[in-house]
Amino acid sequence: MKLKRKDLLDIKSLEKEEILHILETAKGFLDIPTRTVKKVPALKGMTVINCFYEASTRTRTSFELAAKRLSADTINFSSGGSSVEKGETLLDTALNLQAMVPDCIILRHPLSGAPHFLAKKVNCSIVNAGDGTHEHPTQALLDAFTIMEKKGKIENLIVTILGDILHSRVARSNIYCLNKLGAKVRVCGPQTLIPKYIEDLNVEVHNNLEKAVEGADVVMALRIQKERIKGTAFPSIREYFELFGLTEEKLKKAKKDVIIMHPGPMNRGVEISTDVADGPFSVILDQVANGMAIRMAVLYLLLIGRMKSEETS
Amino acid sequence: MKKLLKNGRVIDPSQNIDETLDILIEDKYISKISEKIIEKEAEIIDCAGFIVSPGFIDMHTHLREPGFEYKETIETGTKAALAGGFTAVASMPNTNPPCDNDSIVRFIKKKSEEAGFARVLPIGSVTKKREGKELAEMGLMAKFGAVAFSDDGSPVASAFVMRKALEYSKTIGKIIIQHAEEPTLFEGGQIHEGIVSTELGLKGIPSQCETIIVKRDIDLCELTSSSIHFAHISTKESLDYIKKAKERGLKISCEVTPHHLILTEEAVRGFNTLAKVNPPLRENKDREALLEGIFNGTVDVIATDHAPHHKDEKDCEFGFAAFGISSLDIAVPALIDFLVQKNGLPLIRFVELLSTNPAEILKLPFGTLKVGSVADITVFSLRHQTTVNPDKFYSLGKNTPFEGKKFSGRIQYTIVEGKVLYNYGKPPKSLHS
Repeated sequence: MKLKRKDLLDIKSLEKEEILHILETAKGFLDIPTRTVKKVPALKGMTVINCFYEASTRTRTSFELAAKRLSADTINFSSGGSSVEKGETLLDTALNLQAMVPDCIILRHPLSGAPHFLAKKVNCSIVNAGDGTHEHPTQALLDAFTIMEKKGKIENLIVTILGDILHSRVARSNIYCLNKLGAKVRVCGPQTLIPKYIEDLNVEVHNNLEKAVEGADVVMALRIQKERIKGTAFPSIREYFELFGLTEEKLKKAKKDVIIMHPGPMNRGVEISTDVADGPFSVILDQVANGMAIRMAVLYLLLIGRMKSEETS
Repeated sequence: MKKLLKNGRVIDPSQNIDETLDILIEDKYISKISEKIIEKEAEIIDCAGFIVSPGFIDMHTHLREPGFEYKETIETGTKAALAGGFTAVASMPNTNPPCDNDSIVRFIKKKSEEAGFARVLPIGSVTKKREGKELAEMGLMAKFGAVAFSDDGSPVASAFVMRKALEYSKTIGKIIIQHAEEPTLFEGGQIHEGIVSTELGLKGIPSQCETIIVKRDIDLCELTSSSIHFAHISTKESLDYIKKAKERGLKISCEVTPHHLILTEEAVRGFNTLAKVNPPLRENKDREALLEGIFNGTVDVIATDHAPHHKDEKDCEFGFAAFGISSLDIAVPALIDFLVQKNGLPLIRFVELLSTNPAEILKLPFGTLKVGSVADITVFSLRHQTTVNPDKFYSLGKNTPFEGKKFSGRIQYTIVEGKVLYNYGKPPKSLHS
């Protein structure tokens, strides 16, 4: 069953059934990287453009490999070394790419809503690979997949998201996704990094880390963009780590089988200690592995739909 | 040449008139207003079934010329004004170069007089280059026709400069119009700070960004015994402060825009750049408070904040999109529909907000149908509909969040200096034609 939509722009507009369908589909792709020939012909002949207006290692590689392992042709396009530097607008770039008839553009962009804008302008599928401080849907899907894998369920689990909630697209997508799947979501950080109306998204707000992780099944630490916000959001890295850095000590009140997640890239000694990041509860590298399966599932479900609709039209 | 406006329902708050009357225009002036005037030589303009009111005055318009002629020109903006029922518009000084000296004031006056559509009342800047540092030549600008002073688009951020500006404007006898915005709270903001900004991950502009300056300027008004007019008030709290200040007897007035009365932050959902405007569309409680202010008298004026932009400046990523709504062509039908039809606002109050009060605040000889006054008159219909089609706008700015909306209300005639310059369904004419 394909996804009944052209694009994957955000989690907010996804139905719970669609989320579950993506997660279920991803399961089927999990073992592909373990085979000798790490490839299936599912999207043979299709073209996927990775369009990255912001630095990214994990997400870009993950999408590229996902597309390649489905046998799609992929090209990468980043804002450095392209016409973007010559002042071309996003719209013009996209229309030019569109003229080369891709089936899908994967867009990472520093401005919230950029993929939504493009989706109205081009007829290929748009996958949001992170837009500004808005959403990062595939990250939330791979996080849900990882939780499901480790815990067997999501419903009624307590999930604490820790750090810069204000600027985090990962936090927003996870809040929507986990709520739709029935988890109890808490957010924690200094009040300077908590958006004012976040409670309205059905989350509990905490400013105290120990309380925020009490009884938690999952603790998700977010990256602090320390260069950008130090000085106004918190006084120093030293103080941040003291109050909000995830350490073994501070995790004592969490559930015994708590899992620790991080979307990467990590700042060790800022939002998470090395002991915790590399410790027995950490599932951070599983997230990366699962990310590929999720992105394969998303590309497959969106593009297979295109194939069918084109064949039947 | 005499003209006779027959059988219209005449609404003139300046004389407390609301009845079916005839108006005789001789030369450029109103020469008689009474029942059943018979004047054989006069050209008859049948106003039966229409409302006849003093010409609407938009206190807050961006005509973009000089400097941004690709967005709007004095000619296109004043044509849009006529089609929208405005006989006069006050132009904001955030042009390039800014209107911060008398030569730009004279340029705007000359251009608008040559064009001959709606009147243009230039607003000069409060400070040189609108930088908020040194006072601009208000006296010279006033001499050549500036009707008020504002750094609109930016606030006068310094309390010290604002104090001096209020004192100096009192000397000149023209009002300061403040764009109330605390710059450090605004920085990088895109939309109202609320649930929508949180959900969309767009940097919010808190209500306090406006209210802090409103409160401060009320205090400065008290200090200087001067008067002030607040542009485009968007929050309930600002209006509460203004109401209390008025009750204390301070000389304070304020305006609201049609879009803040009709829309809320919800209009931005889906990253709709057409609803990106500054001050931002706020919450429903704010919208309701503004509406209440319209009824209870706290709001003195409705002004459009007409902000035309080029298509490319809206057809882009939300963060790059320009702030503003093109409004002149359809503001009055929207207001008739929303205020008069849907909310039952008495017409006499409606006309006060769009004509009498702006004229009074700007100390203009307009906004009245008294015998002897210049015949600037707007004739409009409550029965006919206006469908919003930006392609048909006379404004170059097609940026409206109201596209496709049907408003019950229509401009029938716009009369300037006794000449019918706009007649529904026909292109606006120039005074010189």
